[in-house]
Amino acid sequence: MLKANEKLNLHEILKDLDKYEPRRRGWVWRKPKPHLVLDGYEYRDASTSLKQSIPLPAAKNFNQIDPQPVQSITTEIASGRFEDDIRRMRMAAWHSADHIMVIRTAGQSHFDGLIEGTPQGVGGVPITRKQVRAQRKALDLIEDEVGRPINYHSYVSGVAGPDIAVMFAEEGINGAHQDPQYNVLYRNINMIRSFVDAAESKKIMAWGEILQIDGAHNANATAKEAWKVMPELMVQHAINCQFSVFSGMKKSNIALSTVPPTTAPAPDLKINLPYAVALRDFFKDYRMRAQMNTKYMESSTREATVTHVLNMMISKLTSADIQSTITPDEGRNVPWHMYNVEACDTAKQALIGMDGLLDLVTVRTDGYMKTRVRELKERAVLFFEELLATGGYFEAVEKGFFIDSGIYPERNGDGIIRKIHGGIGNDSVYERDYDYFAPVTAHFGYNNVEQYDIKAQNNPSSLINGCTFEDRKKIQFIDELDPNDNVDVRMQENAAYRNTSLIKPEVEWLADGYVVVDLTVPVDVKTAAVVGLEIGKKMNLQDVEVIHKEILHPSEATRIQIKGRVPFDINLDDLVIPEDPITLSDQEISDFVKEHPFVIVAGTVGEDEHSVGLREIIDIKHGGIEKYGIMCEYLGTSVPVAKLVDAAIELHADAILMSTIISHDDVHYKNMKKIHEYALEKGVRQQLIIIAGGTQVASDLAKKAGVDEGFGRGTKGAHVATFLVQKKKEMMKHEN
Amino acid sequence: MDKPQIRPDDFEQRRAHLRTLSDEQLYELFWKYAEKTTQPLIQLAYNHTSPAIERSVLLRMGFSSLEAKVLVEKTIDHQLMGKGAGHVVFRYAKITGQSLREAGLCLMKDQGWAEVLASFGGKPC
Repeated sequence: MLKANEKLNLHEILKDLDKYEPRRRGWVWRKPKPHLVLDGYEYRDASTSLKQSIPLPAAKNFNQIDPQPVQSITTEIASGRFEDDIRRMRMAAWHSADHIMVIRTAGQSHFDGLIEGTPQGVGGVPITRKQVRAQRKALDLIEDEVGRPINYHSYVSGVAGPDIAVMFAEEGINGAHQDPQYNVLYRNINMIRSFVDAAESKKIMAWGEILQIDGAHNANATAKEAWKVMPELMVQHAINCQFSVFSGMKKSNIALSTVPPTTAPAPDLKINLPYAVALRDFFKDYRMRAQMNTKYMESSTREATVTHVLNMMISKLTSADIQSTITPDEGRNVPWHMYNVEACDTAKQALIGMDGLLDLVTVRTDGYMKTRVRELKERAVLFFEELLATGGYFEAVEKGFFIDSGIYPERNGDGIIRKIHGGIGNDSVYERDYDYFAPVTAHFGYNNVEQYDIKAQNNPSSLINGCTFEDRKKIQFIDELDPNDNVDVRMQENAAYRNTSLIKPEVEWLADGYVVVDLTVPVDVKTAAVVGLEIGKKMNLQDVEVIHKEILHPSEATRIQIKGRVPFDINLDDLVIPEDPITLSDQEISDFVKEHPFVIVAGTVGEDEHSVGLREIIDIKHGGIEKYGIMCEYLGTSVPVAKLVDAAIELHADAILMSTIISHDDVHYKNMKKIHEYALEKGVRQQLIIIAGGTQVASDLAKKAGVDEGFGRGTKGAHVATFLVQKKKEMMKHEN
Repeated sequence: MDKPQIRPDDFEQRRAHLRTLSDEQLYELFWKYAEKTTQPLIQLAYNHTSPAIERSVLLRMGFSSLEAKVLVEKTIDHQLMGKGAGHVVFRYAKITGQSLREAGLCLMKDQGWAEVLASFGGKPC
């Protein structure tokens, strides 16, 4: 069992991998929990809560509740080093991800066979038996830690689809992309080969109960005018769905990867919502994996996040079984740890925030919606009609029907053309003879089993005493093939930073050293980029790059974000980590106050009308210090500092609580200095405890300004009362 | 190479025959077309095999990815893909009374192909 306060031991994960057996087959959906009540709030579309998780930041005001949406939440993690990705998977699971998708390394689609070992990837991870086994093993531990099954997912495509499908089924992989059209259109793999292979892959996936996600959303990301491919998207989804059913898959294990095709500044919902409705009408028997729009993603993480939220509104207004998240930094780099976590939190926040939306509003079925939904469906039907009239799918691809940027039947002549007898793997398909035979389970197509035993017809692998699907001892595990490019070598290289006292910041790999600096440069964008690089260099950052530019005004200022690597380590042994302040128990505080009656004077100083924070510290109903019997004289807001001290003298108070929220030009610290000096002048400073509080107050700076303690954001009454009691005890000791 | 067609949006003319269909009828038509489109594709898959399919069969029979690759390449060289690469190994194991793995490893070392070919009624190539 993992411990929350301990790092996951990667050496332990990699140990005895040859003996690892997956604990289950197939996809697991979240368990809906209708009428879930947490902290007095009732949820309509939530699922069972986690054992351990990181709630949203605002949850501290809601008793740390962490309601989980009913949709599975996807995060894509593939930095090139699967060992570091395991650590990120753990982070993501604590932030609500239960569908972990691993992108493949560049070029794996064209690799004719399985890759073995653990080489480093580019833009993804080489998917190998050892790598998936290690990650699935780690996810077994992580799912126990958070208390919810985690689905692990990668790709069954390229020219080794059936090989990969077998390996995935054997290794307990839970979800996979599989769509022969993806091979054809985007990987230029021969279309005959792609479809012949796909039927076998799908049959194997069906045995493994692997949830299938299609690849149609890529049409949107590829087409020049993305939203116009809507009719074609429905046709692509239908081809893969129907072909999958014919191959032996259950409809409930087939998910459409559907993406809202456009984004603001286009009128997002006006275009995307009718499409989402039309699609769900036509595909009511299938699952929906709601992907987010990536076509228009730039380097602004804020813009990507808003797109994500708008897309989720469509998910809530229609339906989604799986809610994907694209990390908001995907427009600038291979995703980093914190953006996976941000995207998961965005999904959780938006979906829970819109809980019960369909109890509040209804999507209209008349007027614009009716016309538009019907039109999209008719356009899709017309697409099919012409495809069939042309001679079928292959001929239609040859004639450039697909990824044309016209809204069908409009054609712009810019579709992707592939030849029936062209592409990678052309002429690599063989007709099965009359006596063709394969003695294995989940084999698609013609199989002459009866030539050996008519009784084995429904169970061909009985002729070999079971294949690997029945007897996993038969699986051949290959550990490593490359002595120089593998996980052991990589872990050796950064061993100095693994569970030692040496620390470097990181974004994707242990000790990669990357930091981001956010700069507002008061010049035009072109100049600002050069200035940004120069600032990075002067900060001694290495490999500095500009990752984001945002014009605040053409001449006044530009926002620049740079990344670079720090050239130093921090040694924890050289640091003093402050202990958490001790909070006394309610009983201890009350007992002290009973014996030593305590009076305080409180108010918000300066020209400042904020009162909520201070009232929460004082008021009994918010758990404030009054509950311990401390007598509080509240003077209100915009109180001059002198008045606070004078009142304390008059009431023989033990302490002053000054609240100071406005922090412009350090006015808060200036006021602290003022109150300290005034109390000195009046000769009462020594017997008076002075405490300052406010959202921008830091303890050390407050003390430097002359007060006894400063309390910042998140302070509770118990913290203040503890300090008062301890300080008073200290003062009493001095008096004696 | 054929140039893809350029055509203005003639949706209003083309849809004439769909206009009167109910939503249910349109749904039925959409899926009828989907079946019609994929039927020949699934038939093609039913009657054909490929190197990847045969490798996947060999993996399930207990061979490693490296072994499966070699065995399929040799099956292609001996023009026996129509029989199935898994079938070749199965047949050789039957002929010799060896285990599947022993038979496969022999075939990888170019032993036994003549017997396998003969058993299928073919000639060595």
